[in-house]
Amino acid sequence: MAVDTIEEKLATRHAQSQLEAKLAFYKRIGLIGLIIFAVALPFLVSDFRTFQFTRVLYISIAVLGLNILSGYNGQFSLGHGAFIALGAYVAAIMMDRWGVPYYLTIIPAGLIGFIFGFLIGLPARRLEGLYLALATFGLALATPQILKKFEIITMGVQGIVVDKPEVPFGLPISQDQWLYFFTLMILLVLFWAARNLLRARTGRAFVAIRDHHMAAESMGVNAGFYKPLAFAIGGAYAGVAGALATITIQFVAPDSFGVFLSITLLVGSVIGGIASIGGAIFGGIAIVFIPNVAEEISKAAPWAIYGVILILFMYAMPSGIMGFINMLWRGYVKRLLTRT
Amino acid sequence: MVAMLELKNVEAFYGPIRALHGISLSVEQGGIVTVLGANGAGKTTTLRAICGMIKTTGSIKFEGREIFGKLTESVARLGIAHVPEGRGTFEKLTTEENLRLGAFTRRDRNAVAEDMDRVYGYFPVLAERREQQAGTLSGGEQQMLAIGRALMLRPRLMLLDEPSFGLAPMIVQEIFRIMRSINENDGVSMLLVEQNAALAMDLADQAFLLETGEVVMSGDTKTMKEDESIRTSYLGY
Repeated sequence: MAVDTIEEKLATRHAQSQLEAKLAFYKRIGLIGLIIFAVALPFLVSDFRTFQFTRVLYISIAVLGLNILSGYNGQFSLGHGAFIALGAYVAAIMMDRWGVPYYLTIIPAGLIGFIFGFLIGLPARRLEGLYLALATFGLALATPQILKKFEIITMGVQGIVVDKPEVPFGLPISQDQWLYFFTLMILLVLFWAARNLLRARTGRAFVAIRDHHMAAESMGVNAGFYKPLAFAIGGAYAGVAGALATITIQFVAPDSFGVFLSITLLVGSVIGGIASIGGAIFGGIAIVFIPNVAEEISKAAPWAIYGVILILFMYAMPSGIMGFINMLWRGYVKRLLTRT
Repeated sequence: MVAMLELKNVEAFYGPIRALHGISLSVEQGGIVTVLGANGAGKTTTLRAICGMIKTTGSIKFEGREIFGKLTESVARLGIAHVPEGRGTFEKLTTEENLRLGAFTRRDRNAVAEDMDRVYGYFPVLAERREQQAGTLSGGEQQMLAIGRALMLRPRLMLLDEPSFGLAPMIVQEIFRIMRSINENDGVSMLLVEQNAALAMDLADQAFLLETGEVVMSGDTKTMKEDESIRTSYLGY
C-alpha cells in the first residue's frame, strides 16, 4: 500500500467530494427532467395513449410494492395480483354501492391492502423461497373464484361498472388527461415515500433480513415483525394500484385478476430491476407495452414474440433495466474518477 | 463473583441429532474466554445455543438471568453481540449502513454517532470505506466490519465465531490486538471460538476444550500453556 502524505489525501478527498456534488446535481436534473416529461406527455399524445400511460403509472405503483416485498426483503410473491383485486373491489364497491367519490377510495384501498398484506405475511414467515412463491401462487389461483363466490358483494362474473371521473375545477383538459394527472400525483407521493422508507431504518432492516437473516436477528432486528411489514407495504401499494385501476377502466370483473396478472407483475418487476425503486416504472412500461409490441410484430403468434422478448431481456440485462442503467452510470463515474 | 455468562448442562439439537452433550462453561465479568476444538466439535453450536438460534435444553444465564429459550433478537437486546461464522456481512449495504444496523436496537442517536466514530477509531480502514458496498470489502475488512458492527450494539458480552478464519496472519494479529483493546477500554467480555489455538490462548484468560460436543478440559490459559502434554495432545503446537 502506498503511503500518501496528508496533503495528497486531503486533495483527493476534496476532488472526490466535488465529484460527488456534481453527480448528485446531474441526478437531480435528470429526475426533474423526467417529471417535466411525465407532466407534458398527455399533451403530446392521443387520449387513448394517455389512457395507456395511466395504466403504466398505476401498474408501476403495484410493481414498486412487489419490489419492496421481493426485491428489498427477499420474499417472493406469485400472488401480488390478489392485492390489486382487493383494492380494485374496495374502490368499486365504495363508488357503486355507497356513492363515495373516486378520490376518497384510494386511502381505504391502501389501508385494506396493508392489513390484508400483514395478515398474509404472518404465516408467510415460516416459508422461504420457492415454498413461499408456491403458497402465494395459491392465492393468485384462488382470487377469481373467491370473487365469483361472494356474488352478493362483488356482483359475480358480471362485474361492477363505475362512472368516469369528471375533470374538477373546470380545468381545460380531457377526462383521460385528468385521470393521468391524478394517478401521476399519487405515484409521485408513493415513490417519494418508498425512497425515504427504504433509505432509513426500515429499509436497512428489510435488506438485512434478505441478505442474512440470522445476522440480522442477532443485531436485534425483529424479523417476525419486519417480514409481515414488507408484505403489508407491498399490499398497500398494490391496493392503491387496484383502486386506480377501477377508476381508470371504470369496470372490475373477477377474471381480470387471475394468475396471469400476478405473473405479469413479477415479469415487470424483474425486467425493470427487482431491487430498485425507479425500475418499477420500467416494469410498468414493459407490462403495458411489450404485449402491444409483440402483437405488432406478429398478429398470429404474439405470445411467441413476447417469450422471445423476455428471453432477450434476461440475456441482455440480467439485473433489469435499472441494473443496466446503474452499470452505465458507474462506468461513467469511473471514467470521471480516472480523469481527475 | 457472579459469572456474566453461565452455561449449565446445555444440550443442543439439529433436528433429531444432538450436537452438544451437556456442556457447562462460564465467562467472568470483563474476561475473555476461548472455546477451542476441531471442526464439528460444537464450537459454533455453543454460540448458536446462547443466541437462541437452535433447539436447546439446559440452563443459560446472563448476568444472573435465565435467557434460555429467548428469541435471537431478544438476546441481542440484552447486550450480547454475536459476530457470526463467515462474518454475516450485509453485502448490498454500505459499510456505514452495516454499522447502523449494529445499533438497530438503540434510540440514542448522539451516542450512536459517537460509537460510530469510536469504531472508525479502532478500524480506520472502515472510515475510508464508509460509502462502499460492504460486499466489495476484503476478507479482513469484512471481519473488522463484523466486529465494529457488534460493537455498535454497546454489548456487555461479545460472542466471536472464528474471527481468524481465512485471513492472512498479519491481519489476524491486527484484529486480535484490537479485540484486546476493545476488551480493556470498553470493558466488553468475550467468548471467542477459535481453531487457531495458539492465538486464542494468548488472548484469553480461560480456555475450554471441546471434543464431539463435550468439554474435555478447561482451565487458566497460563497453566494450560505450560503443560506440555495438554499442548501436544490438544492444542497441537
